[in-house]
Amino acid sequence: MTIGLQTAAYISATVLFILALGGLSNQEKAKRAVWFGIIGMAIAVVATIAGSGVALSSMLIGAIVIGAVVGVIVATRVEMTGMPQLVAALHSFVGLAAVFIGINSDLSVHNFASDAERIIHEVEIFLGVFIGAVTFTGSIIAYGKLAGKIGGKALILPGRHLLNLIMVGASFVLLIMYMNHAGSWTLYAMTALALLLGIHLVMAIGGADMPVVVSMLNSYSGWAAAATGFLLGNDLLIVTGALVGSSGAILSYIMCKAMNRQFLSVILGGFGDATGPAMEIEGEQVAIDVDGVASALDDADSVIIVPGYGMAVAQAQQSVSELTRRLRAKGKQVRFAIHPVAGRLPGHMNVLLAEAKVPYDIVLEMDEINDDFASTDVVIVIGSNDIVNPAAQEDPNSPIAGMPVLEVWNAKQVFVSKRGQGTGYSGIENPLFYKENTRMFYGDAKSSLDQLLSQIS
Amino acid sequence: MRIGSPKEVMPGEARVAMTPDSATQLQKLGYECFIESGAGQLARFSDADYQAAGVTVVDSADALFDAVDVVAKVRPPVEDEVKRLKKGQTLIGFFNPAGNEALLELAKTREANVIAMEMVPRISRAQKMDALSSMANIAGYRAVIEAGNNFGRFFTGQVTAAGKVPPAKVLVVGAGVAGLAAIGTAQSLGAIVRAFDVRPEVAEQIESMGAEFLFLDFEDSQDGAATGGYAAPSSPEFREKQLALFMEQAPEIDIVITTALIPNREAPELWTKEMVSAMKPGSVIVDLAAEKGGNCKLTVADEKVVTDNGVTIIGYTDFPSRMAAQASTLYATNIRHMMTDLTPEKDGQVVHNMEDDVIRSSTVTFEGEITFPPPPLKVQAIASKTTPKQPEKTPEEKAAEEAAAMAKAGRQQTQLLIVGAALMALIGLYAPTEFMQHFIVFVLAVFVGFQVIWGVAHSLHTPLMAVTNAISGIIIVGALLQVDSNIPIVSILAGISVLIATINIVGGFMVTRRMLQMFKKS
Repeated sequence: MTIGLQTAAYISATVLFILALGGLSNQEKAKRAVWFGIIGMAIAVVATIAGSGVALSSMLIGAIVIGAVVGVIVATRVEMTGMPQLVAALHSFVGLAAVFIGINSDLSVHNFASDAERIIHEVEIFLGVFIGAVTFTGSIIAYGKLAGKIGGKALILPGRHLLNLIMVGASFVLLIMYMNHAGSWTLYAMTALALLLGIHLVMAIGGADMPVVVSMLNSYSGWAAAATGFLLGNDLLIVTGALVGSSGAILSYIMCKAMNRQFLSVILGGFGDATGPAMEIEGEQVAIDVDGVASALDDADSVIIVPGYGMAVAQAQQSVSELTRRLRAKGKQVRFAIHPVAGRLPGHMNVLLAEAKVPYDIVLEMDEINDDFASTDVVIVIGSNDIVNPAAQEDPNSPIAGMPVLEVWNAKQVFVSKRGQGTGYSGIENPLFYKENTRMFYGDAKSSLDQLLSQIS
Repeated sequence: MRIGSPKEVMPGEARVAMTPDSATQLQKLGYECFIESGAGQLARFSDADYQAAGVTVVDSADALFDAVDVVAKVRPPVEDEVKRLKKGQTLIGFFNPAGNEALLELAKTREANVIAMEMVPRISRAQKMDALSSMANIAGYRAVIEAGNNFGRFFTGQVTAAGKVPPAKVLVVGAGVAGLAAIGTAQSLGAIVRAFDVRPEVAEQIESMGAEFLFLDFEDSQDGAATGGYAAPSSPEFREKQLALFMEQAPEIDIVITTALIPNREAPELWTKEMVSAMKPGSVIVDLAAEKGGNCKLTVADEKVVTDNGVTIIGYTDFPSRMAAQASTLYATNIRHMMTDLTPEKDGQVVHNMEDDVIRSSTVTFEGEITFPPPPLKVQAIASKTTPKQPEKTPEEKAAEEAAAMAKAGRQQTQLLIVGAALMALIGLYAPTEFMQHFIVFVLAVFVGFQVIWGVAHSLHTPLMAVTNAISGIIIVGALLQVDSNIPIVSILAGISVLIATINIVGGFMVTRRMLQMFKKS
């Protein structure tokens, strides 16, 4: 295959990738769009092997086959509730690959036409390895937190900003030394530092901010690929990396906006520094039993369900779907309100509800449905807390003040399905639970809903 | 401490301020409960029931007043009862402090602390002790039942083999708690319900109960939120229009339920003699304002009268007492909630906290002082819905604002472009040509990425992450280029990279497909 043909193949792969991403603008087109991505990837791999004369050694074929088999197993076995962990774990692979490729490039012999070229090459190695290493350990920590293997609480070390700064600064010093022929050890030292930095960065971020972290790591993995592209002088890698990088960046931006948080403050951690005493909450949490909820649902004409991470944890989406089906069969209007940061991954709730066969046209975004709460009879909040917390609007001292929230309390009646009286992930009291029109429906979301289903035919 | 309820002395009063249930709850608060023998008889709570709930039954009112620290009553006390109060004893019940000055003075001299249930402020926190509302709710319900009892026809329209029955038409005047309860009851019996209130903002509440709101087109409508949810007296012009509206309705309506009361005033006349005479024979009027003179001047308090043209006018004032069991249950719960607030430690000790808005407002005498009327609340009774209106912007202003915003965005963009260009120039100055070519590609790709991703649907963000994940597996290309190296370690590392990148690609795409398959339209 000639260089020209390879370039042509790369161009078509690039176009196909762009179409794959652009196709996600709606559900129907998206199914076709994934095929664009798959074909693009196949073209890219084949063109690289054929065009660069890569020998099809048994090791190479073996690696690809094993990788493919593992990929298939992982993809078919994963529970939809486990998506956040899977995505985080996959990010770590890209990071690790970027680290390896960078180190390889350092190990390989190069002849440079000019000094400037050499320096640029070395900067590229450093950047690629640095981003890759941060992505790698960051993703592993994120995976651990999402899978519940590491506590979700933010680990706040004293002077953590300084610590981060020192690590970045030291890496920079090592880069200068590396460029002045100090030897490969500087690269390895920097790799170790970057790995530590990745751990520390993500450890300092609380569980509630995980959607941002995951999309941020997504972005990083893209930039790592792009840096590798520069390193190898490969435009396909650069373009694809840049696409993924900007996609992740936009997702992070959208998430941050949905939480009314500064991007930097999320990345650097330190959630929960309230500026004053929280507003006192008056009243009491009033519990309700399953009969009460059932009869209220019986009387209601319009119902909105607000799912959150608790639904994912309890694996209650099937029961929610069944409830929806039965209520709709009775001619009631049932809709879902999804907050942009519900769950631990952007769009997490949509995927879970889709898995349970809830039609997507009754699943609405916050902006579409927020004004409708006032005219709604019953709202059922299933395992969400911060995203329905009125303190965000009422209490300027609340750590989540100013965050856009679903205004469920405007509905005639609100039922909150919740495990106990404790606070949510962020540890903030929720005045919603104390409101006059709120009733607490205690218990595991799934068993509560199953009881409810036995009351509603 | 000890709490107890005497038998009500008012003739015909069947309610009681403590039920076996509420006594159980009060005991949990640490109180010892007492009841006068026979106090619950008319509300169908026997002495044995009370005893079973752990309440001590005492023989006489005197003994009861003697035994307890807190007396809970329903009706305002009579002079004899107030005279029995001891220093420091607490009396909870209706008291009518505005119209009962002599008794208030007497309670003061006895140095008893009196909490008047009708003075509980109408704020959200205090709803659970709002006895006026719980009693009004019963009155509204009972008003419809009484009307039905005296109305010779069905409420609901029916077509039967024996002929067609038209539905009853019910008009409810005044949509407070009682009015709304009446609307709901009449509605559920199948009647056609219309309702009127001087406060236009309750239209929504009326419609939510399923009734038709009679709309009166009048400019100077009042804001009931400012007066604690009560209607204020209306202007003569407004009244005239209102009466004209009612006159129009009178011949059609079968049942009229009037509930218009203004605090501490005589009830306004809303249903005139002319209207009564315009009604069909057999029609029924239930006047819930009978105690304060009635919304209809033909009403006789505590009696049922039939006019010459066959209209029944019911002027009972004891509707809650007519449903004594229900009324006692609700009222006792109101009292129990009041006690909960008075017992913050749940240790059976009354802490009369005069800093608390609710307790302060409802206390009318305290430690030998008259504390009525209470100071205004710290929080407003009902959140005012009228937000200050923004002056409507003229099209020119809007255009100017838009232009200014555009200009600002334009300036920012220009600044960004200049900074960007300077940076590019700096890099271009030193970097070799080959790098610059890659750089162009990179920058363009970032731009394309930004443009494309903004269009992605919110609900597809998880699939987007999965697919970008798969695509970032493109790093396999880099590994492929290195796998042939003749340095073994490089080759091995590249091999591992190929392996994990493949997992990424295959896993990412498959999971994306799996997710997208699930999105189904209804």
